[in-house]
Amino acid sequence: MVHGTLQIVVFVAILIAAAYPLSRYMARVYTDDDFLRRGRLRFLGSVERGFHRIVGDRAAREMTWKVYATTLLVFSFVFVFVVYAIQRLQAHLFLNPQHFPAVPSFISLNTAASFLTNTNWQYYAGESTMSFLSQMAALAVQNFVSAAVGMAVMVAVFRGFIRRSSGELGNFWRDLYRSLVYILLPIATIGAVILIAAGVPQTFHHYAQVTTVQGGHQTIARGPVASQVAIKHLGTNGGGFYNSNSAVPFESPGSFGGYFELFLELLIPFSSVFMFGRMIGKMRNALAIFAAMFTLFAVGVGINYVAEQHGSSVLRNSGVNITQGHGQTGGNMADKEVRYGIAETAVFATGTTMTSTGAVIAGHDAMTPAGGAVPLVNIFLGEIIFGGVGSGMYGIIFIIVLAVFVAGLMVGRTPEYLGKKIEAREVKIAALGALFPGTLALTLTAAAMVTHAGLASIYNPGPHGFTEALYAYTSQVGNNGSAMAGYGATSFSAYMGTIDMLFGRFVPLLAALALGGSLALKKQVPASAGTFRTDGPTFSVLVVGMILLTAGLMVLPALTLGPIVEGLMH
Amino acid sequence: MARVVGGSVVAVVVMTLFFGLAYPVVLTGFASVTFPSHAQGSLIHKDGKAVGSSLAAQQFTGKLYFHERPSATSPAYNAAGTTFANLGPTNPALAKLVSQNAQAILKLEGPYNPGLTIHDIPVDAVTTSASGIDPDISPAYAQLQAHRIAAVRHLPLATVQKLISQNTDGRWLGFFGEPGVNVLKLNLALDKLGGK
Repeated sequence: MVHGTLQIVVFVAILIAAAYPLSRYMARVYTDDDFLRRGRLRFLGSVERGFHRIVGDRAAREMTWKVYATTLLVFSFVFVFVVYAIQRLQAHLFLNPQHFPAVPSFISLNTAASFLTNTNWQYYAGESTMSFLSQMAALAVQNFVSAAVGMAVMVAVFRGFIRRSSGELGNFWRDLYRSLVYILLPIATIGAVILIAAGVPQTFHHYAQVTTVQGGHQTIARGPVASQVAIKHLGTNGGGFYNSNSAVPFESPGSFGGYFELFLELLIPFSSVFMFGRMIGKMRNALAIFAAMFTLFAVGVGINYVAEQHGSSVLRNSGVNITQGHGQTGGNMADKEVRYGIAETAVFATGTTMTSTGAVIAGHDAMTPAGGAVPLVNIFLGEIIFGGVGSGMYGIIFIIVLAVFVAGLMVGRTPEYLGKKIEAREVKIAALGALFPGTLALTLTAAAMVTHAGLASIYNPGPHGFTEALYAYTSQVGNNGSAMAGYGATSFSAYMGTIDMLFGRFVPLLAALALGGSLALKKQVPASAGTFRTDGPTFSVLVVGMILLTAGLMVLPALTLGPIVEGLMH
Repeated sequence: MARVVGGSVVAVVVMTLFFGLAYPVVLTGFASVTFPSHAQGSLIHKDGKAVGSSLAAQQFTGKLYFHERPSATSPAYNAAGTTFANLGPTNPALAKLVSQNAQAILKLEGPYNPGLTIHDIPVDAVTTSASGIDPDISPAYAQLQAHRIAAVRHLPLATVQKLISQNTDGRWLGFFGEPGVNVLKLNLALDKLGGK
């Protein structure tokens, strides 16, 4: 376990070393109005102005939160229609060398909602359902766009803290364009090139048919994989080209694959915290938030690693050798890959569920009760500990507002954060944003437990079956997309999931914009001796406490019915 | 409002064309020039014919070849229909599957490994992989099978072990992840050696 722990520590150190400088660049992209207006790359600035012209926003005026939100919603719903239509029409369109028929309507609907909301819940098996065109022009496009929408909202909310008495949060089209073209596109392109060099396919040829060594027949699915996989991770989307996602060596070859793809997933969420510090001009505040998030991350990785290395009761009782060493990794290798072993899988499973990416390099359904509880708790905490690209930061803002409010009650002073008074309106919005997803997930899980169609969606018997349903609705409401993949081969779960994902995305998103708009209207209050400090370890502890209080209390009773009972039964 | 809808339609079309077509097409062109083999799925050829991919397990049965890990796909090792087994950690079906796999290995390898018991079988040999086409087995499982291969193919054990180490992909940079033995490459190397 020493070597595995060391791997994880070195990986995280490299990640932070890359994320910190990236935050400087990102802050400039969003705050420098003259970015790329001068110098050798100024033609790129002209392209940006061209984009504003064609979307009918030549002046790129500042928007209030309501205009920002309306533009975002209209844009999103036009897009979801196109994503749906491409899947339904794929049989009649080009780039369909396997001649797949139209994707059934309830699957198309679920998938369109899934990619629009950055969930990437995979109701379908990619390599046997989607044409190349659907994968590229419907799904991979959303990998870029849904991530960029999240980043735009994040920056808009940040501006709420910076702007004084203005009520304006920036321009949606500009934030969207800059996220897409200046941040996501270059990193995704480099990522895709590296993946191709590592062995990931990138072709428009039909699947390869081979005669195996012993004369059998094997079809090898391939296609434009690298271009999609790079952005699926970078944008914390998670929808794979293949059904088994990044466990498949074609998506993620070698021991390198898992770590590299996790690096892409965590890069922007880590950077975003530092960028917050740069934009508000108070890095220590950002570091306090980072410390809180990081603590929960480290605890999650630790629990999953130890539990999985210890193995499941079935494997321990079977008599086979699950001891690490002598040429094997040991532990719970069910639904895991040899090249990753336990450590890499543990850090990936924790990171992917925390950032709400939902990509997997192992089957989470097969994880031990304690190990599998980590992804479950992570998705239940929602998009706050790092969280999805953009959405994680606006998620944690809700928690911060609530934490500051509680602290304010304790010291008996009007709570404030970064010089902005936190009043009844802000607390109400933050409570809505923080509590809505969990409430919706629990409601839908309950509905799935008391209906025949809901019960038919379960795969494994006993309390594990309940855990599957809980995991599914929690994953979708949090726009995570990771699954205990046994669950949900019914149209019932497809429709329920669609509702879950759409409301889980847009209710907190609108709450975040409303909060930003409300904060931007306020004056800046100078800090005084009585101001509660939000830039030290005390605040980190308070934030962790608030996370555990809001999400934790909601998840605990449900956990009792699932993994805890399961753990006690065996 | 009409202006926002119109702008959105234009933006959606432009983004779909750029990110959905131009971006993957450019990368496909790049891949076909720089890494043509990777681009096409890392196919392995023998006598001019593709026999598999170095990134996918395939079915090996009988005594002549190293065997892969169990696969949950249908049929097994379906590289166009990857899937997990999704059996929960306490599911009786998992216990049954593990026990069946272990018994099959004891029956196959026992005659060549005197004193072999279930405690000697590494866990990856009896559990399904995540992809269903995990191209690797643990070095421990390869060593277990080496005795059978050496006996059946009339090769010195040391020769077989050397082939195993030649077809082992180590940790990345010697540090990250876990080592794995690529079964298809190993079996092809065995065939090249002859000695059936």
